[in-house]
Amino acid sequence: MSLHALTIHQLRDKLRRGEVSACEVTQAMLDRIGTVDGKLKAYLWLNADNALKQADAIDRAGIIARRPQAGTPAPPNHLLAGIPVAIKDVINVEGQPCTCGSKILRGHTSVYDATAVKRLRDAGAVLLGRTNMDEFAMGSSTENSSWGVTRNPWDLERIPGGSSGGSAAAVAGDETIAAVGSDTGGSIRQPAALSGCVGLKPTYGRVSRYGLVAFASSLDQIGPFTKTVADCALMLRVIAGHDPNDSTSVPQPVPDYVAGLQRGVKGLRIGLPKEYFIEGMDCEVEATVRAAIKKLAELGAEVVEISLPHTDYAVAVYYLVATAEASANLARFDGVRYGLRVRGEDVIDMYGKTRGAGFGEEVKRRIILGTYALSAGYYDAYYLRAQKVRTLIRRDFELAFGKCDVVVAPTTPTAAFKVGEKTDDPLQMYLSDIFTISANLAGICGVSIPCGFTSQPKLPIGLQILGKPFDEETILRVAHAYEQATEWHKQRPNL
Amino acid sequence: MPDMDISYVAHLARIEMSEAEKAKFATQLKDILKYVEKLGELDVSNVEPMAHATPLTNVFRKDEVRPSIEIEKVLKNAPEQARDLFIVPKIVE
Repeated sequence: MSLHALTIHQLRDKLRRGEVSACEVTQAMLDRIGTVDGKLKAYLWLNADNALKQADAIDRAGIIARRPQAGTPAPPNHLLAGIPVAIKDVINVEGQPCTCGSKILRGHTSVYDATAVKRLRDAGAVLLGRTNMDEFAMGSSTENSSWGVTRNPWDLERIPGGSSGGSAAAVAGDETIAAVGSDTGGSIRQPAALSGCVGLKPTYGRVSRYGLVAFASSLDQIGPFTKTVADCALMLRVIAGHDPNDSTSVPQPVPDYVAGLQRGVKGLRIGLPKEYFIEGMDCEVEATVRAAIKKLAELGAEVVEISLPHTDYAVAVYYLVATAEASANLARFDGVRYGLRVRGEDVIDMYGKTRGAGFGEEVKRRIILGTYALSAGYYDAYYLRAQKVRTLIRRDFELAFGKCDVVVAPTTPTAAFKVGEKTDDPLQMYLSDIFTISANLAGICGVSIPCGFTSQPKLPIGLQILGKPFDEETILRVAHAYEQATEWHKQRPNL
Repeated sequence: MPDMDISYVAHLARIEMSEAEKAKFATQLKDILKYVEKLGELDVSNVEPMAHATPLTNVFRKDEVRPSIEIEKVLKNAPEQARDLFIVPKIVE
């Protein structure tokens, strides 16, 4: 099997046995990117020379222990030695461009590493480049990028999902071994489902947001994209943990997520929320997800009906809370400290012209909506009310988790849609996030894994597993049990 | 439901927009505001608002001098800079 098609764990074993060098692995990835990225356009920028230098340094330092047998434990701080990883264009990597998919940041170079990136570097990961995204992570299809549309590896006419569409397409299209993205309302889980890979949104506070360009600070989390659940667990172990630079990161020990995977689902209670099986849902998606739940039951899980009664309000809450926070966060793009500046008659005129020219349509629409929701006379009716309903959504989950250990649901109501299908109707685009948004509002963790395909055309379907705050171990355990009992994750697109 | 005064809100947000853009947004935002009206169906009179999801409150650290990013790096991406400062249009007459 070609190197680019391997998982982190498979590649790590090969590296440890000395069958390949980190340089050979990196070169193989760059070759693969050269072959398929013209079609997928997952990358915005490649770190080719530096990635090879980084790989060479890893080879020379001898930190990949050459052991006769695979499976022996690695030195703890070199968990990803020689493993290529791609980074979403909203997370700072020192010395690399960071545009957040926006022309307002054309030519911007990061001057520091995000904490998650620093941890990846310290673990020995090789940073391949920057992946495409919806501008400032606002979107569900990656069509809102200022730099062009990324394509779904299973059907080039379709979107890869968003906003982390580049990261998802890069993993699913074997253009990287793993990637990181950010999830504010589903931006990791939704593209993972639509492109056909594993994507995890950690509990709010589990991974430091330092160096992640803020969209909605109370919702944003950085998380991994991988080909398998075991790889996801490993990536999470590397990037998770308290960081003094992010006061919302939680000082709680990071478990060895990989070690806990094998425990199976016997005795676990799996909650099935009736509000997640709704009208308008694609029937193949519904049937596939129900079959996956049946599989989990066969593996020994107990399936219980639960209710999350405020689910129907989640999209409305989200598009007030997230846009309000965004309107404040994006005030920093004013033509003074970085990015585009368009001259004006005075400073106010300069702000208006700079932001009018620099931001794309969806970003403007959300800033306008958020500004309105926070403005005098409307604050109570919109923003404050949304925050109160957010409390109700969180309570729904607290009550549900009294009856079950994890909640299982579809990640998306349909498979990947066509490029251009929803661009003229923002509300329809927003409603495609209906199953992922609640987890961000409640602050809980969730993972999406491949659970089947539609028939005509063949498109991936995602199974979403939601867990209690800081209980990533259990959602990964359920995901792993399902993955080991099925073959979906082994299917690759023809590129 | 009140109609949004797009020109006023755009000014608050410091975003210059063309008339065509404003007209397009007016229709779309009307749809979105109509959709979020559904939050009015719920009785939230005894519900506390939720500002964030972290279990933490008041995180303090020691007030210590720590190294920060060097000035030249900070200014590296500035559209206009001189003498270790950001240059902006004249603000005070």
